[in-house]
Amino acid sequence: MFLIPNAVVRFFHRMASPPHFYAFTDKVMPWLMIIFVLLTGFGLYGGLYLAPSDYQQGDSYRIIYIHVPSAWMSLFIYMVMAISGAIGLVWRIKLAEIVAISSAPIGASFTFIALFTGSLWGKPMWGTWWVWDARLTSELILLFLYLGVIGLYGAIDDKRVASKAVAILALVGVVNIPIIHYSVEWWNTLHQGPTVTKMDKPSIHISMLIPLLLMALSFKFYYLIALIQRIRIELLKRERNAQWVKAKVVEQH
Amino acid sequence: MKPARKQRLMLIALMVIGASIATAFALKSFNDNLMYFFSTTDVVDGKAPKSALFRLGGMVIKGSVERPGDGMMVRFKLTDFSKEVTVEYTGILPDLFREGQGIVAHGKLNDQHVFIAEEVLAKHDENYMPPEVKASLKNQTEPVVAK
Repeated sequence: MFLIPNAVVRFFHRMASPPHFYAFTDKVMPWLMIIFVLLTGFGLYGGLYLAPSDYQQGDSYRIIYIHVPSAWMSLFIYMVMAISGAIGLVWRIKLAEIVAISSAPIGASFTFIALFTGSLWGKPMWGTWWVWDARLTSELILLFLYLGVIGLYGAIDDKRVASKAVAILALVGVVNIPIIHYSVEWWNTLHQGPTVTKMDKPSIHISMLIPLLLMALSFKFYYLIALIQRIRIELLKRERNAQWVKAKVVEQH
Repeated sequence: MKPARKQRLMLIALMVIGASIATAFALKSFNDNLMYFFSTTDVVDGKAPKSALFRLGGMVIKGSVERPGDGMMVRFKLTDFSKEVTVEYTGILPDLFREGQGIVAHGKLNDQHVFIAEEVLAKHDENYMPPEVKASLKNQTEPVVAK
């Protein structure tokens, strides 16, 4: 490996080993929890209480603090899932396969939340719960991709084979990610264009933007926490015959 | 990198590129169907369907909203800043409907080239700001427009 410092390489090598991962996450979990609770607290307080109401939508716009971070997470988690799936395919690292499959249910939940809150927002503002425009439809396809990944993994008994199949499905589905992001620019849609993620200055007032970014960060930490918990369970299941798991069980009794 | 890994990496890259190209062609050929609405220019130029339902999007021209008669019927003009189309709608308008607002109407053209809408949806923009900021922006820009 070039360009990557040795310490970083060593860290990742150690993390790829299940017992080390298990011990390390034991230590960092409380800190992740504290950061998550603080970020969510400040984010919600800032978004629901401190931020002013919108000139056009009044207080209804405040659903943005759940809707937009969820939608971002739905794309972000998909990319994590596809990339770790690819790493699993190429380097045959068990932990990468587990990261990929453990991300799927979390990503599916965020996609569902984005669709659901979007629908609640659409009714009063647009005048409809749902339209088949490019943004909404491509996000719905993303939900189906996640569900497909979960279903495919469950349908194959050999979990190493299942991980490979799932990684290929996830990688083909990656084409949907730029489509979701650019759908509002490439086609006429009822959904408005991007507010924050564009080259220009964000078209949201700074007092509304800061809580939004806090919430986005808090959702990232939630994902990290949920992911680590899922990985730990999956590791215990897959390695139930390994010496370190037996030692752990003995230790706790 | 070991040759076997390199080969697998190349295969994955080829697969993703292949899927992207295929999708790009598919989207290109379905481009018109993916448009959620027609613009007013499309309608004036005759690109919109003649006697079928379709969606029309545009901005409500300031001062064009009128209510002829006592009923629920409302008439307004839509523009995309190049061509205009008159729209008639009977029913309850969404909260965000106002002059200067982007909307999407579902309906069809009658013989007088007036768009008879069955449903009106409001499009909101991507700008979020407190009312005071909006008001001060207005004060700053309006004198410029007056010149």
